Amino acid sequence: MIVLEKRPQPSKAWSYATPLVAVIATMVFGGILFAILGKNPIEAIGTIFWEPLFGEFAFYYRPQLLVKGAPLVLIAIGLSLGFRAGIWNIGAEGQYIMGAIFGAGAGLAFYPLDAFYIFPIMVIAGAFGGWLWAMIPAFLKVRFGTNEILVSLMLVYVAEQFLASVSLGLLKNPEGFGFPGSRNLQSYESAHNAELIAGSGMHWGVVAAFIAVIFSYILLNRHMLGFHIRLTGEAPRAAKFAGVNPARLILFCLGLSGALAGLAGMFEVSGPSGVVSIDFNVGYGFTAIIVAFLGRLHPVGILLAGGLMALTYIGGEIAQSQLGLPAAAIQVFQGMLLFFLLAFDLLTNYRIRAARSEVA
Amino acid sequence: MKFTAVLASAAMALGLATGAMAQDKTKVGFVYVGPVGDGGWTYEHNKGRLAVEEHFGDQVETVFVESVPEGPDAERVMTQMALEGADLIFTTSFGYMDPTINVAKKFPNVKFEHATGYKTAPNVSVYSARFYEGRAVQGHIAGKMTESNIIGYIGSYPIPEVIRGINSAYIHAKKVNPDVEFKIVWAYTWFDPAKEADAATVLIEQGADVILQHTDSTAPQAAAQEAGNVITFGQASDMSEYAPKPRVSSIIDNWAPYYIARTQAVIDGSWETVNTWDGIKEGMVEIGEISDAVPADVKEEALALKAAMAAGEYHPFTGPLKKQDGSDWLAEGETADDGTLAGMNFYVEGLEGEIPQ
Repeated sequence: MIVLEKRPQPSKAWSYATPLVAVIATMVFGGILFAILGKNPIEAIGTIFWEPLFGEFAFYYRPQLLVKGAPLVLIAIGLSLGFRAGIWNIGAEGQYIMGAIFGAGAGLAFYPLDAFYIFPIMVIAGAFGGWLWAMIPAFLKVRFGTNEILVSLMLVYVAEQFLASVSLGLLKNPEGFGFPGSRNLQSYESAHNAELIAGSGMHWGVVAAFIAVIFSYILLNRHMLGFHIRLTGEAPRAAKFAGVNPARLILFCLGLSGALAGLAGMFEVSGPSGVVSIDFNVGYGFTAIIVAFLGRLHPVGILLAGGLMALTYIGGEIAQSQLGLPAAAIQVFQGMLLFFLLAFDLLTNYRIRAARSEVA
Repeated sequence: MKFTAVLASAAMALGLATGAMAQDKTKVGFVYVGPVGDGGWTYEHNKGRLAVEEHFGDQVETVFVESVPEGPDAERVMTQMALEGADLIFTTSFGYMDPTINVAKKFPNVKFEHATGYKTAPNVSVYSARFYEGRAVQGHIAGKMTESNIIGYIGSYPIPEVIRGINSAYIHAKKVNPDVEFKIVWAYTWFDPAKEADAATVLIEQGADVILQHTDSTAPQAAAQEAGNVITFGQASDMSEYAPKPRVSSIIDNWAPYYIARTQAVIDGSWETVNTWDGIKEGMVEIGEISDAVPADVKEEALALKAAMAAGEYHPFTGPLKKQDGSDWLAEGETADDGTLAGMNFYVEGLEGEIPQ
């Protein structure tokens, strides 16, 4: 018999090792899956992980990793702060949408004016939009004790309806022949979040993601507020004695994660995407939850996890077109990653031991 | 700035080089919005791809990526295909329009074909089918067969293509059944079986005994089957697994001939930008077999309607027709021009509700 025995202290070694073990396990079982589908597993996994980084066209894929990873990291950083304090913002997708609408709306309001201050205003508007949307569950939780998981999640669907509405009405391109969707911000220079160096993939959203990582690291390790966040998550009673004000913490964590998600949406809509359209959102807000946990809620971990997720997306597409792997197989592969992470997480808090057979 | 210019030209050179390498075998890429197994829209595009493979054999290699979100992800997938030496890329959803134009600019030697859009370029053609002709046949059958006089319609997005379909179906239902009423639900998705099933169930609960859909999955068919005594029509694909009832007929998009012709044009070097909008006459729109659940006389009328459109004798939008607000649109005997149809953003008289704004 094998039994699980709770460790007196969570194992530090395992908490660092689990992401690596999870990635290896995903490769092994993903490989088996690809083999069952009749593909060469080594080739498939090689394509997913190798091609985007070192393949023939890596000069194109490497910048794309930044483009794909930046919103994930930016959102996940915000979420991780709340998650550490036990405040569960599941609705980052909605805040991402609202940030995009506010940001793009602010920019389009100036169309076709050409001025340097338009883009900064859009950045502020985008952050404000996300913040505002996150303040709804925050306020309801503080005031009425509602569950922020449910409220923030449900508000995603409200935001999606709002997105459809503005794509068809308020922000619709007047020169779009009646088709839904806004003007393309890529062709409106003052509002375009262009690559800072052409072909590098570096746009302001990538810069913001790196800044967020650094600030989050400083906040958690060097600042009283960061200490309170960690304390509340790890020892709520102790936090109370330390004088942590839970209401303020909730407002701060939800507000900040909302603002960062809003920023991500704004940078996406003004850059890589360009248009506010009905299906502008593609799930970054939900994937960021995986990224946050994959990164152990640690800023540097999240940076790496965001890169890894971006890699599986881009590598997955290459595997689809080169090897004919179905999209669903790639999604299963990505799902495995989280599954194995959670499974091996058990080893951080428990150890496996062979049980002594009890003699009656 | 100089460095970036070098980078850009290096990228170009590589793109050109791979284009040249692939010259012995023409490579055709397909970007799909749903999974190839959706049983509807993407399924038919993929059938077109398979037809290209079969027709050209070793001369052509095809690649595809499925379930690609409309936006930057689509742009990346197209770029990837172009980099890997595709000579011709079909992008098969409306939302791929701007990404297609962006990528086409970077790869002037690669030809692009965008389905259902309106932006063209020297290396970008657009193509679509006159689905509204099929909708006329559906409307006729629906109007004849409904007993509750309530017809449910699952709209995807309120874009002209979908609104055209609603108008065409309504006009022809109303013609044979003046009491008919349309209930429209907007799903805001092309493919989401759960949402589509919900929409169908809601419509059935509101008394609809005919469900028309402009979404891509077979979920509404299944919902109708479960409810019983509700009829449906296959969308984009025959969906014959639900025949003879609930599915009594279907609109089938037949892309194969077009895909083969365009691939041939690339091989011959005769490819040029076109704006194709074909219907029943050219065979791009097909009417799936009308099942025995439809009374023989209705079936006969429906087939006659189809034949008239195939012969070019009848246009589904023929006056007198008024707009929803009561203003005149088409005079007696006048037919709608393609420009108005392409950008259609109004309901015809009699339809209730507003187009979401």
